[in-house]
Amino acid sequence: MRALGGNPRGAAEALTIPAAALAVSLILFGIFVALAGADPLSVYQTIYLGAFGGWFSWQNTLQRGAPMMLTALCTALPASLGLIVIGGEGALIIGALATVAAASAIPAAPPFLVLAAMLSAGMAAGGLWVALAGGLRAYRGVNETIVSLLLNYIAIALMNHLVTGPMRDPAIVHRPSSWPIGEQNMIGLIPGMEVHWGLAFGVVACLACYVLMQHTVFGFAARIVGGNGRAARMAGLSVGTLTLITCFIAGAAAGLAGMIEIAAVHGRASSSLVVGYGYTGILVAFLARQNPLAVIPVAILLGGIEASGGLMQRWHDLPDATVQVMRGIIFLVILASEPFYGRLRIFRERTA
Amino acid sequence: MEALGWWGVPLGVLGGAIRASTPFLFVSLGECLTEKSGRINLGLEGTLVMGAMSGYGISSLTGWPWLGVLVAGIAGMILGALHASVCSRPRVNDIAVGIALMLFGLGLAFYLGKPFIHPKAPRLPAIEFGWWSQSQQVRAALEVNVLFVVGAVLAPVLLWALNNTRWGLAIRAVGDNADAARAMGYPVNRVRLLSTLAGGFLAGIGGSFLSLYYPGSWNEALSSGQGLMAVALVIFARWDPVLCLFAALLFGGAGALGPALQSVGITWGYYLFNAAPYVLTLAIMIATSSTQRTLKGAPGELSVTK
Amino acid sequence: MMSERGGMSRRSVLKMMATASAAGAATGPWSAGRGFAAGRLVVGAAYVGPKDDYGWNQGHAQGVAALKKIDGVKVVEEENVPETVQVQKTMESMINLDGATLIFATSFGYWEHMLKVHAGPTVWKDGMPTNAGSYNGYIDEAQYIAGIVAGHSSKSGKLGFVGAKPYPASLRNINSFTLGAQTVNPKATTQVIFTGDWVLPVKEAEAVNSLADQGIDVVTCHVDSPKVVIETAERRGINSSGYHVNQAVLAPKGYLTGAEWNWEKVYTDYVTWFQTGKSWPHIRRGGLKEGIVRNAPYGRPVSEKARKQADSAKAKFMDGTFVIYKGPMKDNSGKTVIAAGKSYDRTDVWLESMNWLVGGVIGSTGS
Repeated sequence: MRALGGNPRGAAEALTIPAAALAVSLILFGIFVALAGADPLSVYQTIYLGAFGGWFSWQNTLQRGAPMMLTALCTALPASLGLIVIGGEGALIIGALATVAAASAIPAAPPFLVLAAMLSAGMAAGGLWVALAGGLRAYRGVNETIVSLLLNYIAIALMNHLVTGPMRDPAIVHRPSSWPIGEQNMIGLIPGMEVHWGLAFGVVACLACYVLMQHTVFGFAARIVGGNGRAARMAGLSVGTLTLITCFIAGAAAGLAGMIEIAAVHGRASSSLVVGYGYTGILVAFLARQNPLAVIPVAILLGGIEASGGLMQRWHDLPDATVQVMRGIIFLVILASEPFYGRLRIFRERTA
Repeated sequence: MEALGWWGVPLGVLGGAIRASTPFLFVSLGECLTEKSGRINLGLEGTLVMGAMSGYGISSLTGWPWLGVLVAGIAGMILGALHASVCSRPRVNDIAVGIALMLFGLGLAFYLGKPFIHPKAPRLPAIEFGWWSQSQQVRAALEVNVLFVVGAVLAPVLLWALNNTRWGLAIRAVGDNADAARAMGYPVNRVRLLSTLAGGFLAGIGGSFLSLYYPGSWNEALSSGQGLMAVALVIFARWDPVLCLFAALLFGGAGALGPALQSVGITWGYYLFNAAPYVLTLAIMIATSSTQRTLKGAPGELSVTK
Repeated sequence: MMSERGGMSRRSVLKMMATASAAGAATGPWSAGRGFAAGRLVVGAAYVGPKDDYGWNQGHAQGVAALKKIDGVKVVEEENVPETVQVQKTMESMINLDGATLIFATSFGYWEHMLKVHAGPTVWKDGMPTNAGSYNGYIDEAQYIAGIVAGHSSKSGKLGFVGAKPYPASLRNINSFTLGAQTVNPKATTQVIFTGDWVLPVKEAEAVNSLADQGIDVVTCHVDSPKVVIETAERRGINSSGYHVNQAVLAPKGYLTGAEWNWEKVYTDYVTWFQTGKSWPHIRRGGLKEGIVRNAPYGRPVSEKARKQADSAKAKFMDGTFVIYKGPMKDNSGKTVIAAGKSYDRTDVWLESMNWLVGGVIGSTGS
């Protein structure tokens, strides 16, 4: 993981290459929409307007980016160990279910206590869900990517089963939904903004994870394992424990995203929770090159693209999948730019 | 038409296995080839959907479903080429590229597929293997698409070719140890490129089965993750094409279990029954993996088994 | 964490949202005065899926398309908008960036998010903001007619129903369809299969195949996009009855009829009321009589006798003398759900929280 900071050339490189990659993807995307008969320049202008063209657009962007920050951490943290976890979607759903269960277990408690219970239940459940994938990897040698993928499907099935059966609230008639957490336990909007508290949770979680991974012994150890498992073992680090803890924190972040979806948006669990935040999080993590600090701006950028997606339908007659195509192009170009790190002469240390 | 009662469950599962297994089969055979060369392509979900869209579009425009199948394969190859060329660069992670291609392939298919949601397209023909039976249900269950037969024949052929031909040897050598293969004079990147192209071709064809035969129309929710599952299925099948065939049948049949049980009055827990394939895969992966040894048949270069 | 909105705390806003969420699909007519520049009415529409799905979304898109022909109306549309905070932001974006003053949020699941849309001071009355409304149709009346047709067409007396999820609206459709069929054949049964989600093409096809294997010879459905169900039934050589919009073209041999929405009527009415400044109903409901739902024209397999009986039942709906849910009525476990002498008119809210299946239905209401 290349930190922002450290040597200034490294920092310049860590900013310049993604920026160049982004520019290249925008050009490719422009060619793509031009082929579809739209005017690329006016499409760019729309993206800017829809994403960052005013206070309304900014709030829209921040709101959409908030859940991605947390689900991105679910992929970014295990990546420092060299693991590719794509289980954010499942952890979010399990976290949401645990949140509802916790709130309805103590219906009479004061809201701050319920909030604490929801936070810890949501994070613990999401954490354990992903730690399961990490544990299977560390102690059983099962591939964590495939396991976390399977766990996503299992989590969705479990959620649907519970909200249609055992946890169902018959009073909700328009779709099978769980019991509510209660209006008094909902967390509202950040004062002065039309954005819910999830944004604050997301930013704080990213900062905390950055500090954890870059400035603590734990993070240092994790990065050694990621660099070379054998070296880590020789240095006496328990790869298994590190994997379990890292995956737990990663899952807890996604579980927190689920808790926020419940406490700030839906108030109860239902299939409306499955909107692909987990999968967008994978994209954000890779674009941020697995750096928790970089996750914040990248999530906002992608939130902006999503916020402008509606305008592409309304103003340019482009299909809704335009946003998906654009995300795919950006993702591919960013990955293709990987070999340039450390290769461009202007960023090299003079002494090297 | 006579009611089948409880016999409907095994028949439904058998029929479902034959009907719904073909996309799994083609994607897993393709992925098997790619993984044997030492790369994993997680983007085959995008390839599958792109194949479904392009196959349906071409069939609808030209009236020739087989041309649609061919074009679906070619579309898959193009996505495969993209995967191989990005992955051939140093330090690029193949799993990440796969996820990127999945997003891109899905987006592109939805984008280009809008005009084809409504038009009808000629479907692929089926072979009636149930001609001997008086039962309409048995005849329906044994109505087998030509592509399934092709896939079922292809599986043992691929197994034989991997073990006994010069090409097969090259793929396995490159997949087991790239440095050694390079020393032996194999063009590692080119072998992987061709394996990924072939994998994309097969996955594209698997997609065309979805839109041109079963369920037989194009829409954006057509796949629901079958391409992703097929990637897991290859590990499940231990990189053996013939086992891929059986695993694909198992997955297809498991998907039919939920509806078949409900049709005889077992109305409890259908979400859980629908998740059966995922739980089954997970259980088998846990049961057969180990930290001490790599999986039998696993290509040594493959990132997911290292 | 409390934000004041229109003199009302968020806490009480949420309470009202919960009571109102039973109201169904919703419109958010924003009459704040913005967007009336140049005398144009900008109408927004958000759809939960693709608007050409041969189903739920297409039904709404057809309704909205009718507005494009009206003078002085501009339509802005967005498809595939998920039922979460995203639809709230989409609606706010339509208001802020397009000047939309009337928005149709065309999915049940949009309601609670629509209530949070920030569009100036909001005054609440009767459980919803004064600038919001809700509309829905009694489509089970059309399903009842379809059931009569199905009862006539079925040789085995076994009907099939492919559902997405067991929730009151779909249970009500299943019950009305079955009750219609039982007026023809009192022994008629309906086998229900829930696929588990709104759109799952492979599962839907498997469901129809399983039903056909069990000797069922007429299927209908309540999924977002009935295309796969209707096409698969046609391939299995059994009859089908459509849902949401007309799917006759997909099954020329076996399409009997279908229960369809007529949102054109609802949407055109709202726009006319707004353009002429008339008062408008906050809750709009209607069935066959009001022209909000209708049946597809009878298909080829429908006999003369079936047409006659269906038409006479339709006539009774049209003059408002017919009630589907009349006692005595038992559910499929034999328990009496409506006592003898008791009857529930279609407008009764009790029917909107239906959680039972009528005798003759094979299926469950949970998971």
